Order: sequence, then structure tokens, then C-alpha cells
Amino acid sequence: MSVQARLQLELGQFRLDVELDEPAGGISALFGPSGCGKTTLLRCLAGLTRAKGWCRVDGEAWQDDARGLFLPPHRRGIGLVFQDARLFPHLDVAGNLDYAARRAGRRAELAATAELLGLGGLLRRRPDSLSGGERQRVAIARALLSRPRLLLLDEPLSALDLARKDEILPYLERLQRELRIPALYVTHSLDEVIRLATRLVAMDAGRTVAAGPTAELLARLDLPLARRQDASAVLEGRVEAHEEAYALTMVRVGEQRWRLPRLDAAPGSAVRLRVQARDVSIALDPPGRTSILNILPARVDALGAAERGQRLVRLAVDGGTLLARLSEHSCVELGLAPGLAVHAQVKGVALA
Amino acid sequence: MPSLSPNDLSALTVTLRLAGLTTVILLLIGTPLAWWLAHTRWRGKALIEAVVALPLVLPPTVLGFYLLLALGREGFIGRALGAIGFAPLAFTFSGLVVGSVLYSLPFVVQPLQNAFALIGRAPLEAAAALRAGPLDRFLTVALPLARRGFVTAATLGFAHTVGEFGVVLMIGGNIPGETQVLSIAIYDHVEALDYGAAHLLSAMLLLLSFLLLVTVYASNRRWGGMMR
Repeated sequence: MSVQARLQLELGQFRLDVELDEPAGGISALFGPSGCGKTTLLRCLAGLTRAKGWCRVDGEAWQDDARGLFLPPHRRGIGLVFQDARLFPHLDVAGNLDYAARRAGRRAELAATAELLGLGGLLRRRPDSLSGGERQRVAIARALLSRPRLLLLDEPLSALDLARKDEILPYLERLQRELRIPALYVTHSLDEVIRLATRLVAMDAGRTVAAGPTAELLARLDLPLARRQDASAVLEGRVEAHEEAYALTMVRVGEQRWRLPRLDAAPGSAVRLRVQARDVSIALDPPGRTSILNILPARVDALGAAERGQRLVRLAVDGGTLLARLSEHSCVELGLAPGLAVHAQVKGVALA
Repeated sequence: MPSLSPNDLSALTVTLRLAGLTTVILLLIGTPLAWWLAHTRWRGKALIEAVVALPLVLPPTVLGFYLLLALGREGFIGRALGAIGFAPLAFTFSGLVVGSVLYSLPFVVQPLQNAFALIGRAPLEAAAALRAGPLDRFLTVALPLARRGFVTAATLGFAHTVGEFGVVLMIGGNIPGETQVLSIAIYDHVEALDYGAAHLLSAMLLLLSFLLLVTVYASNRRWGGMMR
């Protein structure tokens, strides 16, 4: 179960030239700046835009120019969620869901899927009477009901305000855990990548520049990701216990114990932590008495290129990797070099 | 209470039959034509659009004149029909239908083309992603979303055919019960200085046209909110 593709397309000045090989299960984020071709790639995979090359989903060829094969969109079995929902205005919510379910032979599951996305009370409503968040939830339910073999989500949250995003993210997180088909999620928001994506496909100027597990790609110093102000590392951990007196939660990452502001998660549950590079500093000696909660032994793994007096440094810590944005001055003063044992001081850490 | 003479009554029947049949034929021809015009990227599209729109600017007598030549015994259509054993169409009800279809074509095609263009590709792409094939998409998405266009097209096509005069006069002549329509019957009454009968028929046409237009605007209003 996977999606593989090699597609090329020229649209005026723009050139798309991509290679894709993503496994099923969880969400793969297509991530990159606006205009880098993410949406175009999605449309090519859906068959809505015709590129040159081939693509295969779950071993079945959907397009193969060498054999003159091109499946039209309605024969592909895609679940497509557009940025602007694209509900049918002449049908109510139930009608929209039924449109998908009937053509996929899934009418029996309509009620359950509506429930999954919290649409129980909206079934008789018209699309124009729904909020943006509600509309997008209907669009997601509709896509799931069409029994897709490949789920394509084109910036489903970008048209929504923060409150509406928070309304939908839990549903998407649930998808991420339960999905057994490949899902591609187009976004230019690092927050969404960190919260949702199991894997990451980085795109730039029409090309796929790297692909791999999210944590691994985020820690790469050679990708455009590392140049962002909000460059971050993610760590997978498990809630150990709560320290109610201080409203803190202890999370174990590898053998290392972290302290976070009280989390709303039961002991034993898996959590993903996000640490921004600008919140990490380095000390050569164990810091003495300090207010910083999380200080951990680390080893310098790699140094990025110096840029405007700053440098991104990758640190290996127990159970994962951290990024630290340091001044070039400090890097030289401390004599930072790969292999050096240091202490990482983490000023801020949040649940992804 | 004035009443219609048998002659006027048959003119009314001919008119309604002609307008009804023309509207049905126009919807059948106009829908695929409008769909194609709304979606094609062919460069010669402007040419076809101009041909469709010609009756809007052409004097009806000009259209009628050329039709008369084409449909008559020596015309290219008349000859073709003659070759397969049909009588020429000039001065027949069928000839009127052909003329009306051409004459009212823009009134049906243009509202439909606009309606299809307004829908855009977005809902059709959404339907394609939900396993709907091309015909399925057309019937379940394009048609319902374009229904305002269909009401407008049908009403205008019908009303415009009812009001036709020049084309009918040129190719249909004035055969009572066969090709004499209301507008020509009115002309005849006026020529004969029978203003009472002309009044009655004119008032009927005025009322009919008004009611048809009210239908168009009322339906646009009723469905207006839903389309946004």
C-alpha cells in the first residue's frame, strides 16, 4: 500500500518535476512555500491536471504514459478535500454525504462517518448556512465516504481562522492514527506538519527535495526548513506522571525525563513534543542553580552553515534530536564541533 | 365580452404549438451547444458564438429571406429533402419550426452558456473526485446548478417565438390553421381596420409575455439565495 509517482509538467514559466514514494498509513505532508507546486502535484495525482509520467497507488497504475494509460479522476478512487470545501450548494449536508456514499456503495456507513466528524446535528442544513469549519468537516466526511484509496487534502485549514482550525485538527489527528490508506496533506504551515504528519515531503520550486519521517526531516540542516524562524525539532515521548502541586507534567523521552506545563493527557499516553530552535541554548559545563526546567546532556551532531551571524546546531539527546539556533560568536567561543558533549538548556517546550 | 373568432383561435393554437415545439427542440440542441461553448478552449469558438448571436442583430426578414431560398423547392435544403422524398419546407408548419429554432437560438443558448460558465469547473471536479462520471456529473451537478439558466432559456425561447413576425411572414406565409400565427393575425386585423379583434389578440400577447417574464424574475429571486 503506497503511492508512487514520477511526474513532469510545464505550465508557462513553471516546471513541476517530482518523484514520490510514500507508504500508506498516517499522513504525509507535502510541504513548501506558496507556488512551489504542491497543489499542482495533488491535482496531477487526482487526474484533474494532466502531467507527463506515471503514478501508481497501491500497486495499481493510474497513469503510465509508456503504456498510454490514464485513468480519469472518477475511476481513481480518490478522496479529495479542497481548500474551499466545494460542497454542492443544491444539496444539504446529508445530500452531499449521500452523493459520495451512494457512488462508493457505502450508504450504510453514512451515519457513522457523520458522527465521526461531529455532523449529527447538521445533516439537514444547507452548505451556505454552515461555518467555514463545519463546511470543511462535511468535505472531509464526504471524501472518506467515497471509499478512497488515496486521500488528498489541499490546505484544508488555510481558509479558516485559528478557532476553526482547532475545531478540525482533532478530527484530522484521529485520521492520522486510524487511516490505513496513503494520505497526502498539502500545507505551508509548519504547525500543521508537526501536529499531523507522520512523514514529510519537502517541495521547492516545483521539485520534491526530500522525503522521510517528519522528525528526521525537521532535523536536517540542509533543507529550506532549517532557514525558517520557527525551525523546530519534534520528540516522541510518553506521559509519566503529573506534578499537581506545580501544575507540571513529566514526560519521558528515551531515558530522559522532561517537565512540561500541565498537559491534559493521561499517564502512559504517547505525546509529540515540539522544541523550537530559538528556545535551546548550550552550556559546556553543567549549569549551576538555574530557573530552566529542562537541562539535558547532549552531543553536538552537526553544525549548519553560518548565516547573518547565526548558526543552527543539531544536538543528539536521549530519544531524539534537538535543534539550537546559536550566535556564530558563541559557536566559536565554545569551540562547538561534532562530537562535543554539551548541556542543552531548553527554555520552552510544547505539545505538538 | 368579446370572443375569439375560429380563425383567431386557430392562430393561437398554431402559435402555442410552434412556440412549444421550438422551445423543446432548442433545449435539446442548445444544451449541448451551450455546454460546449462554456467549456471549450478552441480558438474558433468566437466564430460559433457570432453565428449563434446573429439573429439578435439581423433583421428577421433577412433571416426569413435566406431561409425561404434554402427551404424552397430549388433551395439546397429543399433539394436535399426532395431527393429523399420529402416536400419542401417553405410555407409549412415544419418550415416555421426550422425558422423559429434558428431565430430564437441565441435566446436559449446564451442564458444556458452563462449558467454553465457561472458554475465553473470547481463543483464538477468535486463530483469527479467522488466517482461521478461525465454524464453523471452533468445530470446531478451541472443541471441542478444551472436550473435558473434553464428557466430563463425556456421562457425567453418560448416568448421570443411567440412574438416572431418577420421570419414567419417570409417563410410561412399566412395560411390560416397551418402557418398563420397570432402576430400575423393581428397584422391582418389592422389591415382590415378591425381594431377590436386586433385589440383582443394584442392584449392576450401582452399579458402572456408579461406573465412569462414574471416567471423568469420570480424564479431567479426564489433560487437566488441558494446558489451563493
